[in-house]
Amino acid sequence: MDMFIQIIVAAVGSGTPLLFATLGGILIERSGIIQLGAEGLMLMGAVAACMTYLNTGSLALALLAVFAVSALLGIIHGFLTVSLVSNQIVCGLAMTLFGAGLSAYLGKSYSGIPLPGSVPKWHMPGLESIPLIGDLFAHLDVLTWFSFLLVIVMHLFIHRTSWGLHLRAIGDNPPTADVMGIRVQAFRYGYIVAGSMLIGLAGADMLLVYSPTWTEGMTSGRGWIAVALIIFARWNPVRALLCAYFFGALDSIGFRVQLLGSHIPSYFLKMIPYIVTILVLMYLGWRNRNKPSGAPEALGIPYIREQRF
Amino acid sequence: MKPTVSVEMRQICKQFGKVAANDHVDFSANAGEIHALLGENGAGKSTMMCMLSGVYRPTSGDIRLFGKPVKIRSPKEASQFGVGMVFQNFRLVQTLTAAENIVLGEKSSFWRGARWMKEKQEEIRGISEKFGLAFPVDRPIWQLSVGEQQRVEIVKTLYRGASLIILDEPTSVLTPGEADQLFLTLEKLKAEGKTIILTTHKLKEVMAVADRISVMRKGRMIHTVDKNDTSERELAQIMVGKEISPPRELSKRERGESLLSVQHLDVYVEHGRKALDHLSLEVHQGEIVGVAGVAGNGQKELAEVLSGLLPWKKGRIVFNGREMKNASVRHAIESGISHVPENRMKSGLAGSLGVVDNLLFKSYRTKERSWLGFLRIGRNRQWSQELVEQFDVKTPDLDTPVQQLSGGNQQKLLFAREIHRQPLLMIAVHPTQGLDIGATEGVHRLLANLRDSGKSVLLISEDLDEVMQLSDRVLVIYNGAIIGEMSREEADRERIGQYMAGLQDNGEEAV
Repeated sequence: MDMFIQIIVAAVGSGTPLLFATLGGILIERSGIIQLGAEGLMLMGAVAACMTYLNTGSLALALLAVFAVSALLGIIHGFLTVSLVSNQIVCGLAMTLFGAGLSAYLGKSYSGIPLPGSVPKWHMPGLESIPLIGDLFAHLDVLTWFSFLLVIVMHLFIHRTSWGLHLRAIGDNPPTADVMGIRVQAFRYGYIVAGSMLIGLAGADMLLVYSPTWTEGMTSGRGWIAVALIIFARWNPVRALLCAYFFGALDSIGFRVQLLGSHIPSYFLKMIPYIVTILVLMYLGWRNRNKPSGAPEALGIPYIREQRF
Repeated sequence: MKPTVSVEMRQICKQFGKVAANDHVDFSANAGEIHALLGENGAGKSTMMCMLSGVYRPTSGDIRLFGKPVKIRSPKEASQFGVGMVFQNFRLVQTLTAAENIVLGEKSSFWRGARWMKEKQEEIRGISEKFGLAFPVDRPIWQLSVGEQQRVEIVKTLYRGASLIILDEPTSVLTPGEADQLFLTLEKLKAEGKTIILTTHKLKEVMAVADRISVMRKGRMIHTVDKNDTSERELAQIMVGKEISPPRELSKRERGESLLSVQHLDVYVEHGRKALDHLSLEVHQGEIVGVAGVAGNGQKELAEVLSGLLPWKKGRIVFNGREMKNASVRHAIESGISHVPENRMKSGLAGSLGVVDNLLFKSYRTKERSWLGFLRIGRNRQWSQELVEQFDVKTPDLDTPVQQLSGGNQQKLLFAREIHRQPLLMIAVHPTQGLDIGATEGVHRLLANLRDSGKSVLLISEDLDEVMQLSDRVLVIYNGAIIGEMSREEADRERIGQYMAGLQDNGEEAV
């Protein structure tokens, strides 16, 4: 039982950044914009958190800085993809490369310095006294609780509100949404900015909770896993939670096997999540070969009203 | 009593780049009338209506709605002014339910729980019953038939309080029966004092349902007449701008031996859907066999199987005395099957390549066109030039990307490529879709000539007039099977229409 709880705790720990990034990506892609810049956004989020936290000593200011920086990057992404109608794949890759480069430059003098504190934990009254599984909840910090709440709110938002209906419509069929009086471009901007803020938060969460010092390229490909998770989760927030924890578990298993004193080189163990990504993609591709993927119909297609159809 | 003018458009111009889609057009319609806007494809009808519904903005000109001058800057504003439009390609989100689509634009009430949705569904049912527009409100759009989707679109405009309803080519996707039902609905709406504008190029419909008719040609308004003061023949002349030749008479021919025999063919496509269900048909030498039917009943798949694009599960295909074993495009080409696909720019031509390259696609392997894998450039250009002249393709030069040619010339080019190979069987799918009357006439002549030279044609089309005019035999496809067969003499609209709706001779539904 102890072992089981340990694995779950570890899965939630390393799964939460993935969850934030996946939820942000879902928000953006549901509006019809391909999101490939997650890796860059996460790194920028992390470095912004690190710099602000070390300089001001305030966690709240650090989070504020994360949101400001990633919202700014979101606006740039929106300007490129929505207003200038440039290729969304190229834009995403550019965001990744830009974020990686800039964060490495900015973070140079902060590398390896431990943070002055960590994210406070929050104990929900009553939960920890539940027998057997009570221990699970003893380790949860505020950001993790926030991610739980976010999953529920996003699910209800998408399926139970008028704005959610608009979101589904602009991602599936923007000309229709436009004719119905929904401002497609404005909504797309909004969702890109909101989603980017969540992805930035994912980077910050990695830094603040998971590995509390800045190192260059510290996300080591998790942004890309989040891109794959969006597809595994079929653009659904609740499935995103399950997928993120599954990959979180894989991530921590490698670490654990190493502790057990195995002779497998650590490089191979670190490969596990990525190999599983490839295998799962292959399996899903084969299993769903006759089914719709769940992808928003207009994903990646820019919308221009006066284009002749 | 003088009727109230509900919409007035004055001196409207609309430019797309250098092309003038509308050139100083005047148009007006009254409350409580059904006004038909008649014209060929590309005459500028849809562009006019898109400006009324806020999708396009006029380059110049004034619009007055219900007596007030307005600027319609977006579809949202159009809807606020009481204009609702049913587009030819429906504006529905496939994954949402009918009800969700209808309330999509509504801004009130952020929270949409189960109770709210129930109330709305009741309200929507009320509207649809009042005007005879039944459809299941709680099913996603992709599960509804095309006729039902159109009803959703009409109810959507009513739900949003439209008093001016524009329908763009509404009957192009309907069976004759469904079209009649639509016309009844339009009469009811008219009785409520709504203004109905209907764009179409079908003269019969116009005469059946419209009160007044405005005819457009090449982006200009020619004139507006009362239905009682005109005739089908006169309208056709105004629309085309010249006298039309009488319907083609096919020369009598004895039918030859069997060329193609398809027996009990089963074909499955994406999502395990059964597209062809025990389909059997026969094509003889020297005849045109027309296949009529409502879109999506297996026409596309039938053409794709025969041209080697789609594999089949069960059944036999015998062509020219030899059984085809499996799907192979190359084998189909080499055994003498030509294919003019339904969407010429999607699977017929490569839009950004030039005339020569497009002509080469099916013959580059032959000795005359290439040598050891190298194309014979000079010789191919000369050959292309000859074909272009022979088939009267109007193109600036041989390197012009074919997407810049007009639809008619693209189609001629495609026919040039398919016919010069002297095929035994030509499969032509919607060969005149989107062509003007002159180009249509040209395509029909090509098909008739093929037949007269002893070749066979399988003509798959949704245009009943075309099928009846050209075919020696008419087959009707429904739900992936041929459910009716008539000789040229037996074929009449009513009977074909019944088969198209899936009804047998005795009025019972086909299984």
